[in-house]
Amino acid sequence: MASPSTHTAHHAPEGFIRKWVFSLDHKVIGIQYYFLGLFSVFLGMSLSLLMRFHMVNPNVVVKWFAVLWPAAAAGGVMTPELYLSLMTMHGTIMVFFVLTTVPQSGFGNYFLPIQIGAEDMAFPVLNMMSFWTTFLALAVMVAAFFVEGGAPLSGWTAYPPLSGAGPLTGPGEGMGQNLWILSIAIFCGASLMGAINFIATTVDLRCKGMSLMRMPLTCWTWLVTAILALLGFAVLLAAGVLLLLDRTVGTSFFLPGGLFINDHIIANHKGGSPLLWQHLFWFFGHPEVYIAILPGMGVTSQLLSTFSRKPVFGYKAMVYAILSIGFLGFLVWGHHMFMSGMNPYSAMAFSILTMCIGVPSAIKTFNWIGTLWGGKIHFDTAMLFALGFVSLFVTGGVSGIFLGQPALDLYFHDTYFVVGHFHMIMGVAAIFGMFAGTFYWFPKMFGKMMNETLGKIHFYCTFIGVYCIFTPMHYVGLMGNPRRYSDFSNVLYLAKAMPLHVFMTYAAFFTAAVQIIFMVNLFWSMWKGPKAPMNPWNATTLEWTVPSPPPFDNFAGVHPVVYRGAYEYSVPGAPADFIMQTDPSIVPSSGH
Amino acid sequence: MLLAPIVWVLTVVICYFFIAKTWWFPPPINAHGAAYDAQFMRTLIVVGIIFFLAQFALGWVILKFRDDGGRAQHSHGNNKLETLWTSATAILFLGLVVMGTQIWAAVHFDEAPPDSIQIEVMAKQFVFNFRYPGADGKFGHTELRLINDANGDPFGMDPKDPAGKDDIISPSLKIPVGKSIKLIMHSRDVIHNFFVPELRMKQDIVPGMEIPLHFQADKIGVYEVPCSELCGLGHFQMHTTMQVMSEADFEQWKVTQLANR
Amino acid sequence: MGMAASLTHDVYQGPPPPVDPGWGGGGDDSEGRGADRRATFTGLFVGLAACTMVFAALTSAFVVRRGLTDMNEWVSIHKPPILFWNTGILLLSSLLLDLSRRALKAGARTRFNLWWSAATVLGILFLAGQAYAWYQLRQVGMFISTTPASSFFYVFTAAHAAHILGGVAALVYVDVQALRLQLGPAKRTWIDVTAIFWHFLDGLWLYLMVLFYVWG
Repeated sequence: MASPSTHTAHHAPEGFIRKWVFSLDHKVIGIQYYFLGLFSVFLGMSLSLLMRFHMVNPNVVVKWFAVLWPAAAAGGVMTPELYLSLMTMHGTIMVFFVLTTVPQSGFGNYFLPIQIGAEDMAFPVLNMMSFWTTFLALAVMVAAFFVEGGAPLSGWTAYPPLSGAGPLTGPGEGMGQNLWILSIAIFCGASLMGAINFIATTVDLRCKGMSLMRMPLTCWTWLVTAILALLGFAVLLAAGVLLLLDRTVGTSFFLPGGLFINDHIIANHKGGSPLLWQHLFWFFGHPEVYIAILPGMGVTSQLLSTFSRKPVFGYKAMVYAILSIGFLGFLVWGHHMFMSGMNPYSAMAFSILTMCIGVPSAIKTFNWIGTLWGGKIHFDTAMLFALGFVSLFVTGGVSGIFLGQPALDLYFHDTYFVVGHFHMIMGVAAIFGMFAGTFYWFPKMFGKMMNETLGKIHFYCTFIGVYCIFTPMHYVGLMGNPRRYSDFSNVLYLAKAMPLHVFMTYAAFFTAAVQIIFMVNLFWSMWKGPKAPMNPWNATTLEWTVPSPPPFDNFAGVHPVVYRGAYEYSVPGAPADFIMQTDPSIVPSSGH
Repeated sequence: MLLAPIVWVLTVVICYFFIAKTWWFPPPINAHGAAYDAQFMRTLIVVGIIFFLAQFALGWVILKFRDDGGRAQHSHGNNKLETLWTSATAILFLGLVVMGTQIWAAVHFDEAPPDSIQIEVMAKQFVFNFRYPGADGKFGHTELRLINDANGDPFGMDPKDPAGKDDIISPSLKIPVGKSIKLIMHSRDVIHNFFVPELRMKQDIVPGMEIPLHFQADKIGVYEVPCSELCGLGHFQMHTTMQVMSEADFEQWKVTQLANR
Repeated sequence: MGMAASLTHDVYQGPPPPVDPGWGGGGDDSEGRGADRRATFTGLFVGLAACTMVFAALTSAFVVRRGLTDMNEWVSIHKPPILFWNTGILLLSSLLLDLSRRALKAGARTRFNLWWSAATVLGILFLAGQAYAWYQLRQVGMFISTTPASSFFYVFTAAHAAHILGGVAALVYVDVQALRLQLGPAKRTWIDVTAIFWHFLDGLWLYLMVLFYVWG
């Protein structure tokens, strides 16, 4: 039989460095991304716990604050600028290094090639470079904590002039903001490299019989996410360069004239537009949130089908929904700018498009329920997280219907209602997608099974915990609680919100503590978990036709051939309640 | 399965607090606010029903279709159902936007009424300031180099301009009840935001832009104005009040302010 | 109750997939390289889409900035005449690349080497010309922060030059491989991809020239 003639080596690499550090194997790279994301999520979560603690105890002395931050927490009290820098880094690290990496570059890197029957990604060297570039970006980002002035305080959205006029606007706005921009620019490069790989792999490396409409929905979401990343990060890179130039060489892309900051007349800038930054940033920023959620939707569709032993309800509609979300995702960025001072007529246009994008999201939700309807549901932990995803996506999504109307945004903009909305969707639903992917694919990645009891305890505590943290945000938002405040004691009408804030803080600490169960489960199972069979879930897609973990070139030199779609469960007349995609047996199938 | 009752309990609790209005908007103080609240209620009802039904359906399928050893229904979908709920969603969502257009138009498409009282807003890190043009109806000329915060002049009033002689500067907003107000908003450093919950209105204040905002307040009282766009370390402290008073009191206040200049 | 199969009885799995002689059902090795070639071209076009977006973002920033200024207040950028020479050099280099590719197809290795190296030299000359244009601008006091037009000029030309630098690196790589007589079929794809990338940068440069002269 002819050997595969792609540019991956015929033999597995030797040596620790080639095997585990600068590996060209998409599986190793996927795991590297996963652990980068795992480290980042714990860093980001710690920052949020510090924030929540401070919000309800703004004046309390904590001795070790002074140890960690001798300047910004002198005497053990967290200063407002420290709070804001923790907030900025929390948002940045979570959005970029967790939500953009794990679902796409983590799971996607590992499983896209296998699910489409390929040996590796199209460009393994580029793949390796994209991981290490991401790693470099994270290192530069973390370095911002350690420079004079500390990390920037302008939020993950970095609106100029606050972020553009230099250290006069506040602590952290010196080298800290420069490092932040540099890190983001490096991250853009890494993302672009990854996007090229994903698209080329999906378009060109599908095995025989794997037509686009036979691909698992996970592959569709990884493809559309890659396209969003390709076009979105390119714009962010341009914007970041312009902002850096404004800060360092005196250009005025975003800085207007007539600025008087901190007792200084700013004479060397004029004519720039702060709104231009917002347009460029959100042109990236909105596709970014779909990058964060689409792979989780793909995983959810996959798991709901597998664990209810039923095909996905309306596969074609799901594909069209993914494509519409991707396309419309580029047309709605203005809904982040309703109050910005931009043209109010364009606000209406953005609003209508925003409501349009609600439609494919609703289709996906109905189809998930349709998938479950009439099924035989098995409640493994992976499935619980997928079901949790559906519930959280509904809760987080429906608050968008308020925010997408500029008339209602007149009150809700920059309140905790927005914070609740995006945390439900990104900070929880997307995270549940990652948990679901972890429990589902862990056996394949590590050859061991995770512990179901620990998994279920972790799931239920986390599910209830996140509802307790983020639902009250909507209520305090209704009260008019502004966001990005380090301390609410200055606003008298917020006194009634404080009990809710205290509740949310307790819930946050509880939920964070519960994640220890997950970490124990993850690492213990890697070492001591029971051996995993080839197909523990009786699932139909290609990754379950290879050993756990797969050999170096995935299919041991054999080229898979696919005969049917990815969701042939409970086909009448079939000997088992599932038929693998690679199974050529002729069973009357109503699939594609 | 345990997840179903948990989802249902969470749903009921969440809906309860919305229905009971336990944590809610402050009462509105003008017609715009009343219209706002009506649009919010319409949206809440639509969203609430969708939320409740979706979570209920999720719990229902979890309970009803637990594995009992049999085979599942093999179905790839139902195009009729698909079309039905897609159209329903589209109509509902777009309908809501259309219904809210009037409110948005009144705030931003329409010009301020010609007899509006003009008040200039100057936002800076971390204070709001307001300037009234005085009897001549004209704002005096200002320059950056004349700014003197310590002496209570954040605008940089030009002493040589006679139009500025009767200008009043105030750190809080005072307005007469029932009269149309037009704010002309400037920032001299970073982006800020003017927000009054009772008015149901907010607007970013962007340096380099002059942004108008018109409204009317119909209830006497003092209302808080917290800055609502991240502006630096003092953002949480950037706060002023809007005091709505009777016309007589307002005129009296202006006289007193001018006398104290 | 979980679905994980126990170790004592195996999970149902389909019959092993049939032995397939090559990716995509072809019969020989070239089909495998065919997939490689296709994928490389996809990667190229996808990469060009990203490049386009970067310059689209910069263009929209330029349009907005231009729109914020009154017609008579916009200070047009001084464009050093060497820009026309640079344009000519770049176009010529593209032409030479095309000639060299044809030579390679006809099997004329020496001619291929000659034209390709000439194109590489012209590419480097273009960069030198751009650096000189910047020098000339500085001589008349036009720095990056002097006017909005000058800011955009520097940003556009720098972004373009960065891509040209990458292109030159690719051209040099091919030169070196040609000298070592290591131009197998896999490298043919790389040659085509590099040439297309170079032509794209040409087109981009022409677009930028129009932008500078008509709008800048």
